[in-house]
Amino acid sequence: MRLPLAVLLFWLIAALTAPLLELAPDAIALDKILAGPSASAWLGHDDLGRDLLSRLLAGARISLSVAAVVTAVTFSIGTAIGLIAGYAGGWLDRVLMHVTDVFLAFPGILLAIAFAAVLGPGIPNLILALCLTSWVGYARLTRAQAMSLRQRQHVLAAQSLGASTLRIMVRHMLPLLAAPLLVEMTFSVASLVIAEASLSFLGLGIQPPHASWGAMLRDGVRYLLVAPHDVLVVGLSLMSLVLAINLLGDKLRDILDVKR
Amino acid sequence: MKAMSALAAGLLFSRLAGTALTVFGVLLLTFLLVHLVPGDPVDVMLGESATAADRTQLRSDLGLDRPLPAQFADYLGRLAKGDFGRSIHTHAPIADLLAVRVPATARLALLALALALSVGLPLGVVAALSYQSALDKAAVFAALTVSAMPHFWLGPLLMLVFALWLPWLPVSGMELPGAILLPALTLACGLAAILTRMTRASLLEVLNEDFVRTARAKGLPERVVILRHALKAALLPVVTVVGLQLGSLLAGAVITETVFGWDGVGRLLVESIEKRDYPVTQACVLVIALTYVLVNLMTDLIYARIDPRVRSGA
Repeated sequence: MRLPLAVLLFWLIAALTAPLLELAPDAIALDKILAGPSASAWLGHDDLGRDLLSRLLAGARISLSVAAVVTAVTFSIGTAIGLIAGYAGGWLDRVLMHVTDVFLAFPGILLAIAFAAVLGPGIPNLILALCLTSWVGYARLTRAQAMSLRQRQHVLAAQSLGASTLRIMVRHMLPLLAAPLLVEMTFSVASLVIAEASLSFLGLGIQPPHASWGAMLRDGVRYLLVAPHDVLVVGLSLMSLVLAINLLGDKLRDILDVKR
Repeated sequence: MKAMSALAAGLLFSRLAGTALTVFGVLLLTFLLVHLVPGDPVDVMLGESATAADRTQLRSDLGLDRPLPAQFADYLGRLAKGDFGRSIHTHAPIADLLAVRVPATARLALLALALALSVGLPLGVVAALSYQSALDKAAVFAALTVSAMPHFWLGPLLMLVFALWLPWLPVSGMELPGAILLPALTLACGLAAILTRMTRASLLEVLNEDFVRTARAKGLPERVVILRHALKAALLPVVTVVGLQLGSLLAGAVITETVFGWDGVGRLLVESIEKRDYPVTQACVLVIALTYVLVNLMTDLIYARIDPRVRSGA
């Protein structure tokens, strides 16, 4: 597990320190258009002669920031909805679960594509489109867990002592949900990184001149046959990050003994 | 016996009712999409240069000047007659566009499914039977790696290998023979990876069960134990996965078709977004989502037919 951890840490540090590195991700060099890797530019240049390594690091910052913001928002909203549905039960639970059913009826990132399409491109709309679609997983998981938790002795005890509903949910149920939610969050971050890249690849997410892995692949594919290094470098980076997160998620699931 | 079939009928009815409710929600959400456009959708669709007359015309064509519930009722009424409206761009009926694009996507998805099944199932079985061997570990690692490769990276990679370095297959397009292979392979890889992992996990679990031990204790040859007893039970959960993943294939087709210039529903969706042709966008999203819902329903029904535990209502 050392290698996946090292890979994840590498990208996290790259994302955090990118502004300190004096990168020039937007500097155009017309004499270096699509130039391959060299001593001065380890990973080569893109279709505008921009340094790929700089753009890759700057792109990691944007991709991971988007994933972090969306995760913070959807985790809070999804968990809250799941807790309310699972604890309250009855008609509220049925309505909320039918809503999640409708969201789950759109396969993969189709709904995010649809939202991004009507909202228009740009980072705020990208974040909104991803938030609108990725709370569902947290809600379903929390609801299922909360339904069994509300029968537990300590919850019944808290109820008979007159604890408020909010207090029971936050103090007596949420801590017991931490392990499965943490595992869910790990896999969700990996799929958010892919979703952000997919939308940007389709031209619906992050717009030029901002560096984003998806948008870089979009440009790279256009020149795939003359300059394959562009696509290879960006794709390998994306794959390394996603694979690292997924492997760590599997490990985490084993350690915390969470069943899916 | 009679009580059991009543139970099964009840399950079937509640499943159908749930699906109907979901379909209604999908229709409502797709209908509301156009109303999520920031500002006036007519302005966004027609652009700055449109005349006031054009705007008014489009607004009344799309019914946007009427109250929302009336618009929704109208939308459902037209869909019931198979009328998806017209493209704002080409004025062609969207149903005609779909009639061309849906079969192209269906061909791609079915070939991908066939490829994935013919690789994923045997690989999963072999991996499970040689549990913890080098072969098993290699299969698990390959499956993990492939599932971390999104279509917009795997597609170009296959293009590089099979169209550039080994010039065997056409890079993109639909005309040349064999052009379907690369996009189908791109879609198939992820599914094959999931099938390998599922088949392997499922078979490993079944191999520890009592009925397998009984079959072995009876002295049946290992081949019969695996093929006739273990595999039959192990493949049941895989049926559900295939159903769920067939829908994801359709979503994956959006990107794969764009990468390879394959004129299916997915590419139509992306083109319509680029042209701000919202009625077409709406229709594509609806067709993909409804297909997914129907495939899931069918999977559940098939599962209920083939699993003796569900069939008897136990």
